[in-house]
Amino acid sequence: MNGFLAQQVPLSWFLLLSAALFALGIVGFLFKRNLITIFLSIELMLNAVNLSFVTFASQWHAVKGQIFVFFVMMVAAAESAVGLAIIIAIFRVRATLAVDQIDRMKR
Amino acid sequence: MHLIFFLIFAAFCLAGAVNLLVQTHPINSALSLIVVMISLAVLYLLLGAEFLAAAQIIVYAGAVMVLFTFVVMLLNAGSEERTHGSHAAYSIGLPAVVAIFAIIATVLLRAQGLGTVGPANAITTTEELSTVLFTELLLPFEVTSVLILIAILGAVALASKGRGEANAPKERSQR
Repeated sequence: MNGFLAQQVPLSWFLLLSAALFALGIVGFLFKRNLITIFLSIELMLNAVNLSFVTFASQWHAVKGQIFVFFVMMVAAAESAVGLAIIIAIFRVRATLAVDQIDRMKR
Repeated sequence: MHLIFFLIFAAFCLAGAVNLLVQTHPINSALSLIVVMISLAVLYLLLGAEFLAAAQIIVYAGAVMVLFTFVVMLLNAGSEERTHGSHAAYSIGLPAVVAIFAIIATVLLRAQGLGTVGPANAITTTEELSTVLFTELLLPFEVTSVLILIAILGAVALASKGRGEANAPKERSQR
């Protein structure tokens, strides 16, 4: 039991999880039809990349990898504030969040 | 201990991400993304990043997702309509996603020299992190604050009522 508690986790598992989350984020970005859900998928992809940054920081015992994740978090917070403001502006003009109906630039 | 926690919270992560895709209402997707983020915070703790685990919960699961749920409830847009989407997304996008994941997975599984993480691993304390952040990387940190200031101004300018709207004069006459 003591040996089981001390068992190590390979870092490649963390990276595989990160790749899986990133792929799921791309799938959401491509196939969801709601503007907010597409934005949530982008956040999911950012989180997946953050996980691989932290994993490599743990691999190389580097502090700067973690600081980069900190910067990514700050940029993601700024990005979500601006993005949600854009979504509100779009909703006020078009009264919909379905991306199929927001196609004025195609015409 | 690390293995058990990893398996549990990796499963939570994947379940939350799949649930984000399956749900049709945006509020359910947002709540399942919160599950993903909190499980990721636990994984950060396993990797020894204690400050990032706290920041993940406070900044992401706290601030950003509250903003998201607030906007979803403000707009009250209802469920997603199932439409066909674009053919290019199905014919090119889906194989491309599968190919990207397969390539990354094979590269990772073949990679040599990747270490392991366990209870014996050192934890990066907040002190070490802040020492590097406030000495070597002080300029990027200050630039980030300027970025956030610009983002605040942009968000206020975008979300406030502009001149070119149809309903703006109506409200003005009501006052």
